[in-house]
Amino acid sequence: MSGEIDINLNVNGRNHAVRVEPRRTLVDTLREQCGLTGTNAGCEHGVCGACTVLLDGEPVRACLMFAVQAQGRRLRTIEGLAEGDKLHPLQQAFIDHHGLQCGFCTPGFLMLAAGVLERRPDINDDDLREVLSSNLCRCTGYKNILKAVRAAADQMRGAKT
Amino acid sequence: MNAPATRQKFIGRSVTRLEDLPLVQGRGRYAASISFPHQLHMRVVRSAHAHGKIVSIDTAAALAMPGCFAVWTAADVAAIPPIEFRPTHIKGLEPYRQYVLARERVRYVGEPVAVVFAEDAYQAEDAADQVVVEIAELPVILDAEQLPGEFEPGRDTEPTVIRKKFGDVEGAFREAQSVVELDLIIGRHSGVPMETRGAIARHDATRDVLELHGATKRPHPNRDLLAKMLGRSPSSVHLYECHIGGGFGVRGEIYPEDVLVCAAALRFGRPVKFIEDRRENLMACNHSRQQRHHIRAAIDADGRILALDDEFFHDQGAYIRTHGASVADGTATMLAGPYNVPAYRVVAHYRLTNKTPAATYRSPGRFESTFVIERVLDAIAAKAGIDRVEARRRNLLTTRQMPYTRPLDLHGSAMMIDSGDYALLFDKTLERFGWAQLQRDLAQRRAAGELVGAGVAFFLEKSGLGPVEGVRIIVDTGGTVEVVTGAASVGQGVETVIAQICADTLGVDYRRVRVTHGRTDRIDYGTGAHAARVTVMTGSATHIAALKVRAKALEIAASDMMEAEIDALDIVDGRVVRKDSPDSPSVSLAQIAAALTAASAVAKGREPGLSADGVFHCEHEAYPYGAHVAVVKVDAETGGVKIERYLASYDIGVAVNPMLVEGQIVGSMVQGLGGALFEEFVYDESGTPLAVTFADYLLPTALDVPPVDVLLTQDAPSPLNPLGIKGGGESGITAVGAVIASAIDDAIGRAGAVTQLPVTPQRLHAILKRRQQSPQ
Repeated sequence: MSGEIDINLNVNGRNHAVRVEPRRTLVDTLREQCGLTGTNAGCEHGVCGACTVLLDGEPVRACLMFAVQAQGRRLRTIEGLAEGDKLHPLQQAFIDHHGLQCGFCTPGFLMLAAGVLERRPDINDDDLREVLSSNLCRCTGYKNILKAVRAAADQMRGAKT
Repeated sequence: MNAPATRQKFIGRSVTRLEDLPLVQGRGRYAASISFPHQLHMRVVRSAHAHGKIVSIDTAAALAMPGCFAVWTAADVAAIPPIEFRPTHIKGLEPYRQYVLARERVRYVGEPVAVVFAEDAYQAEDAADQVVVEIAELPVILDAEQLPGEFEPGRDTEPTVIRKKFGDVEGAFREAQSVVELDLIIGRHSGVPMETRGAIARHDATRDVLELHGATKRPHPNRDLLAKMLGRSPSSVHLYECHIGGGFGVRGEIYPEDVLVCAAALRFGRPVKFIEDRRENLMACNHSRQQRHHIRAAIDADGRILALDDEFFHDQGAYIRTHGASVADGTATMLAGPYNVPAYRVVAHYRLTNKTPAATYRSPGRFESTFVIERVLDAIAAKAGIDRVEARRRNLLTTRQMPYTRPLDLHGSAMMIDSGDYALLFDKTLERFGWAQLQRDLAQRRAAGELVGAGVAFFLEKSGLGPVEGVRIIVDTGGTVEVVTGAASVGQGVETVIAQICADTLGVDYRRVRVTHGRTDRIDYGTGAHAARVTVMTGSATHIAALKVRAKALEIAASDMMEAEIDALDIVDGRVVRKDSPDSPSVSLAQIAAALTAASAVAKGREPGLSADGVFHCEHEAYPYGAHVAVVKVDAETGGVKIERYLASYDIGVAVNPMLVEGQIVGSMVQGLGGALFEEFVYDESGTPLAVTFADYLLPTALDVPPVDVLLTQDAPSPLNPLGIKGGGESGITAVGAVIASAIDDAIGRAGAVTQLPVTPQRLHAILKRRQQSPQ
């Protein structure tokens, strides 16, 4: 397969001019062409959610999209979650509540949670559990992930009022 | 500087992890993130047949594909021997080892038959699709209980039968008041980490060093094994651990792909990278657990065990991998668990089938044996007409019996349970769960028509596999303390826990301790991270080394720098201070390290460097234990199981970091839930695996997880190591299958109904249907 094409990806506010085959997935492009290896590929068939990134603010599976489909959209990855050295409240909450062990699923969970909390800052526990059930973690048993996201949500809401 | 008057404790504190900052920032370096200039990508061509003779492999079309660099079949790696297993006392296993590429026959779907090397991962996959493999099919064996078939001419598919025995089993069954007899099945499932396997090899010709990146679990033994297979000296092979996306027993063993990338890097003079995809992972990475037990227990009138007699069939899959027969052996050894068993006989048929080879998965042999023995205890309760709790109380080993030696060989030494107060933990568990009141509530709900019930299970764990581990501690001239260990990290928090032990012993902040692991170029030996051994073994070695560094620092400060008696000094927050006047002038460890540079130390007749080695040796393992209780509700329509409440209790001797231990308990409990309710590698009648995606192989999600309460106790420290530590890595998974089965039985009002894991909705639905047809 050949026929590479030139595209422009806007990731974390920075433009990346890359040349890709049309079949190249977004996750591979972010990792190999853009040098953003924080987004992990866990299953490459859209179930585990390790590769979750935000596309115009909406959580998506970067393994199920082609890079060319992300042209003209705003992408946000784990590398763009903190503001410089200042961690996002979700990142700090994952540390404080032991919300990660091996850390492989963590970027996907953080981006999923960030996307959800930006749209639904008042999300209740049941809905939060439902949303977070779309990603898989094999280490933590989810208890501390839920605790961390809840703590960050409360903090973020408190900071706004 | 105002030094605090007293040293900060770090052992026993739930401090946050040193590992986390890069991981929450997306700066983890998992295998796929490791690349070297000019690397080739390797893609494996796998057998689509479960058993057959290789007629031909046509590589011409693949070689013509864009970017394809080379294609190998078995002929290209003819000099590479099959992958060895660890030393074992079990004889006769060698002929069943796996070659890195199939020779003459394939024996499971997913077996590597060829590898393609290309400039890019996409091109490698395209080229691999063009390799044409012709297989003449042979009959398949998919059930370890069926009569053994042919592995190769003159050799059948039962490599060994393991026998364990003590006491007068026949006599006990003759004298018994009654006998319970069960037929129990544990399903085929495995660790399935979120990161698939990865291996990147390169050869540095200038130094003639072969490097393998992406290693974990057992870097040093694997270095030695790779060196031997490739005909190199061990010092010319180095393994490097990066971040690892979960281990669980399956990651970090030597697989065909690890050997192939190394061989290719040597032959091609270019780095070679292999990253497994998920479909491959589910049919190529070690499976585990599958066994069928036919067990009998002889009991007296009070429900006390007089003898156990078990015959089981262990489904090893197609080849013997690096663990040899240790999972079957461990099952046969651990079956009596925490109970008094005067007479014991186990016969384990260790058999090959045409499925993915099996090996260890978190709590190997114990998840299986605990399911079996706890099913037996529930059956004893029913038979003797006593409560399930009472049945356990009557059979648990007591404190008076500790340390307790069971006349069984485990890893070459007698099985000695070091310490434990099982009755105490059992009482605490039931009390915390409100067991007595719960029984009344459940009875009411059942009377109102609900299928709800509670389960109970006790279990014996083991941890701290020896016999030896060592570390080197070095304080640099900036005052940072480095602990170099041959242990590995699979994400469990090794760096934090080892730093805590070092910090607590030496007298520094744990954040000033850097823990280096998983690198064969930094320390000569190490056994790695498995069998819940790191905190016990490496932690003990760290304690020993830190005491030496502390003594050295105090000695130099006292004699050369502070003009004081050693006894008058302490190390607080990285500074040597006077105990009686902590605010008086002090000396930092950095200053002492600077005074011990090679030149100045030698001038004063001292060993250079503020550093020390610590070695810990222990022949016996430490035995933690725990109890699980759960409440489940069964949906009669769907066969679904909802877990309403769950308590996992565990005595760990001493918890270095309770938060991390609880993390291990909850995480492994949920992992165990997968094997109890959802996860199963199912095959069709031709031996084709049907669970090769996450849509078919179901991992627990956040919605499947009940509120899990944890009771962590420290009532029985281990007498075997200086800090009293027992391991916690496998702490929460061992009893999950057992307790879920017990609870479902109770919910549907039929003792002994659950005989097979996982209890899928289909299986439970069938049980409920039988229940309707023949009410108990």
